[in-house]
Amino acid sequence: MTTPIKRDKPWLMRTYSGHSSAKASNELYRTNLSKGQTGLSVAFDLPTQTGYDSDHPLARGEVGKVGVPIGHIGDMETLFDQIPLGQMNTSMTINATAAWLLALYVAAAERQGASPAQLQGTTQNDILKEYLSRGTYIFPPQPSVRLITDIIAYTVKSIPKWNPTNICSYHLQEAGATPTQELAYALSTAIAILDAVRDSGQIGAEGFEQVVGRISFFVNAGIRFIEETCKMRAFGEMWDKLTQERYGVQSEDMRRFRYGVQVNSLGLTEAQPENNVQRIVLEMLGVSLSKRARARAIQLPAWNEALGLPRPWDQQWALRMQQVLTFETDLLEYGDIFDGSPVIAAKVKALVDGATEEMARVQEQGGMVQAIESGYVKRQLVTSHTERMRAIEHGSLKIIGLNCYTETEQSPLTGGVDSGIMKVDPRAEREQIERLNAFRAQRNHAEVKAALANLAETARSGANIMPASILCAHAGVTTGEWSQTLRDIFGEYRAPTGIDIPANDDSRGAKAVSIRTAVIKTSEELGRPLRLLIGKPGLDGHSNGAEQIAVKGRDVGFEIVYEGIRLTPEQIAKAALEEGVHLIGLSVLSGSHVEMVEDVFNQLSQVGLKNLPVVIGGIIPESDAKLLKERGISAVYTPKDIDMNGIMVDILNLIRKAHDLQPVTVA
Amino acid sequence: MIPALPDPTTLASAVSVRDRLALAQALNLLDDRRPAARQCAAAFLDALPVERLDAGGHLIGITGPPGAGKSSLTAALIQVWRRRGLKVAILAVDPSSPISGGALLGDRLRMHASGADREVFIRSLACRGEFGGLSAEVWPMSLAMLAAFDIVLVETVGVGQKEIDVSKMTDTTCFVAQPASGDSIQFLKAGIMEIPHVIVVNKEDIGMAARKTLSELKTTLGRRTDLDGWQAPALSASAALGSGIDTLADALDSHRNWLLERGQFTTRRQRCQAEWLVKHLREEFGRYGINRLGGEDALFAELTNAPRRSPIAAYEDLRTRVIPNP
Repeated sequence: MTTPIKRDKPWLMRTYSGHSSAKASNELYRTNLSKGQTGLSVAFDLPTQTGYDSDHPLARGEVGKVGVPIGHIGDMETLFDQIPLGQMNTSMTINATAAWLLALYVAAAERQGASPAQLQGTTQNDILKEYLSRGTYIFPPQPSVRLITDIIAYTVKSIPKWNPTNICSYHLQEAGATPTQELAYALSTAIAILDAVRDSGQIGAEGFEQVVGRISFFVNAGIRFIEETCKMRAFGEMWDKLTQERYGVQSEDMRRFRYGVQVNSLGLTEAQPENNVQRIVLEMLGVSLSKRARARAIQLPAWNEALGLPRPWDQQWALRMQQVLTFETDLLEYGDIFDGSPVIAAKVKALVDGATEEMARVQEQGGMVQAIESGYVKRQLVTSHTERMRAIEHGSLKIIGLNCYTETEQSPLTGGVDSGIMKVDPRAEREQIERLNAFRAQRNHAEVKAALANLAETARSGANIMPASILCAHAGVTTGEWSQTLRDIFGEYRAPTGIDIPANDDSRGAKAVSIRTAVIKTSEELGRPLRLLIGKPGLDGHSNGAEQIAVKGRDVGFEIVYEGIRLTPEQIAKAALEEGVHLIGLSVLSGSHVEMVEDVFNQLSQVGLKNLPVVIGGIIPESDAKLLKERGISAVYTPKDIDMNGIMVDILNLIRKAHDLQPVTVA
Repeated sequence: MIPALPDPTTLASAVSVRDRLALAQALNLLDDRRPAARQCAAAFLDALPVERLDAGGHLIGITGPPGAGKSSLTAALIQVWRRRGLKVAILAVDPSSPISGGALLGDRLRMHASGADREVFIRSLACRGEFGGLSAEVWPMSLAMLAAFDIVLVETVGVGQKEIDVSKMTDTTCFVAQPASGDSIQFLKAGIMEIPHVIVVNKEDIGMAARKTLSELKTTLGRRTDLDGWQAPALSASAALGSGIDTLADALDSHRNWLLERGQFTTRRQRCQAEWLVKHLREEFGRYGINRLGGEDALFAELTNAPRRSPIAAYEDLRTRVIPNP
């Protein structure tokens, strides 16, 4: 008789999901749990993440698109209907409004009869990285740090099993960060937050060790999975040292680097999307092979993420990948298989050294908050991403199906009636607004008013924001009301765009020079320098594409007007008029491109510019691209368009066409 | 089709009633270098209402080192002016890339948070390597804006004399000093920088460093005045807190009133144009061009006494005198 092999406990398996409405998402969650998923990961829609009610003008087209709309306690109760919160482990990807969504979660749990002390889960609550990537910040850095601090102080005392913040290097990699930058900026963010908690006086010296123990990280895993394994080991070493030396944490347990993962989306391709399956599996290895540096929770993207929103079947496939690795393979039967490897040790050391140097540079500038406010960190990321794009364009960074081995058979996966993606029901937004109005009508208005007054008073006084927010949740305050109250007190912020980086060698290359010559020639024909407005309408904060186009445009001689994320169609039309631009480039990645384009065109004709050429870039399915062109869009660019020079020539020729000039060819 | 040139008279009357599309087209026209467009632009400027160009509105220059907070201060000023019922136009000058000639322009929202007010009009300009900080189009464009708006504010980056030339082409210049940086004080002391009409230390919210810079500035300024006899006040403000902004707006306004009371306002506008013409000539022809026209002093005397006319037409005349047979 053989003794049963002792296996490690599998990590938490989640799927980042949520869409349309609380009810539809609840059904999805219950199905996913029945398929063996062991935790929940809630995706909120952009209005919820940026603090607007579903009927706010800025929310138009965004309700229920990239996640679930949660406007009040009623939505939160529906979201977790028949899911006992006292036993669930829930991760919420929420940042600027994290305090509010946590308050709603606590209130919903209380209504289920669970006490806060029982709750387990995570609020992402890393607002600092939102200024660098993803873009769902609301307030300036100082009040944002205060909100993060308040959640930490509150949960450590009242929800001890909660992970109050998930410091994110994930989004930094998505914005182009190298492994060294990921290490350096995530750990610098941790320093900023821990310093703030320590200095806030909300936690005594003995409680501080608990705080450090509750800090977790949310990390990215790219395709270079050996290097990623080393990055995770480097994180562990550096965190141990940092918490011991800077914060004097005695307990080894409290110094352990705990992290969850979503593997890389940046490297997933729209071209030959089936290849994304092997990419996702390999990336998962990077955060699971080394036992000492293994993730506590993993969520995998779906194979079709670069095409549009995944369907339940696509998410099931992602979950099954994790289950095959944990239950079929022998991975969990061994100790750490890399201990003692000199190759791994050398790579880890190189990463630690590089990251330590960069962290010192950040500290010299006064810390992470200052380095973000000055635009330093964002410029570093834009520079790295520009390098990456350049390597893909030149073919020195190979991406199968995108810049090599591009010949392909027709894929049966994308041929179905739905073209292989999910479409959000267009009625979702209207129905959500109807429910919101019904909810507003039945609440006790005096109670709402009093709760909001108390919230404002708390925000001004500097007391912890959480208890006042939980009162608001029970009173029936909405997401928009909670956020507006704080907007009025803290103010709003626009983060540096980071595109003011020096031109790279490509802009001196032959191709760029010929494009520049053609741009100058057209400028002379039209009488003045060619100007482009790059606009990001809507609430979506994914700005890589817009930034790369802006930098490239400048480098080939265009004058570029770019003002960062979250513009209204009205602002875009106003800027187009006042700046006298020759063409507008829009960038939308939230799936709301059809509504945004419609609104931008309306605004443009109102200011008298209805003939201005407009192009758009984003995750735009084929069928929508056709529709947008019918509505007057001159060109649609998607992630498979990697030839930046080609796009510039295209844009130049669209401007020429708008003025009845013959197109130019650029060698 | 190549953009057809507008009818200059119709365009000028549309601009003077603050038709936003017309103003945008006028600015495009003033940016247009084709010879026919230059003629059209000259005619357009000539058709603008003379009283607005000579004595209307308030043309303000704001300059200072990068990072001093010019944009956020501008944003705060816009709010104050809008509360006072004034309509505001901004010309924001940004550096262009020395390699590509391309430029990144992106301060609109930092200057104007809501970005939807139709009584605020912002045009960005790349300085395109000319005039070392002030684009050649700034003066003609300022005139077009003055025909339609109460306040026209020109924002430029810079710290040395070259950049502060903005002061010579505005009614009132405001210099934004960076707290805890001695640069501007050194420039003032050394006489490298002419004295602006108002000096403001931004970021008074940071405390000690800002107060120290302010008191050093006051000491340096002492009782010095500019050529007209105006004594520049040194103030402090915080764009972040919104403090000191009303006082700043008042100080800018008192310089305008001071010029008006002394009957120097229109003279100053004429001098602005003369400065622009001479600078433009120097840019195109160097010392040679100036000398051909009798040297700088004679040229200034001639230009400030000449009857009023559009800067473009005046410049074309000067050009033909430098190169008689082109």
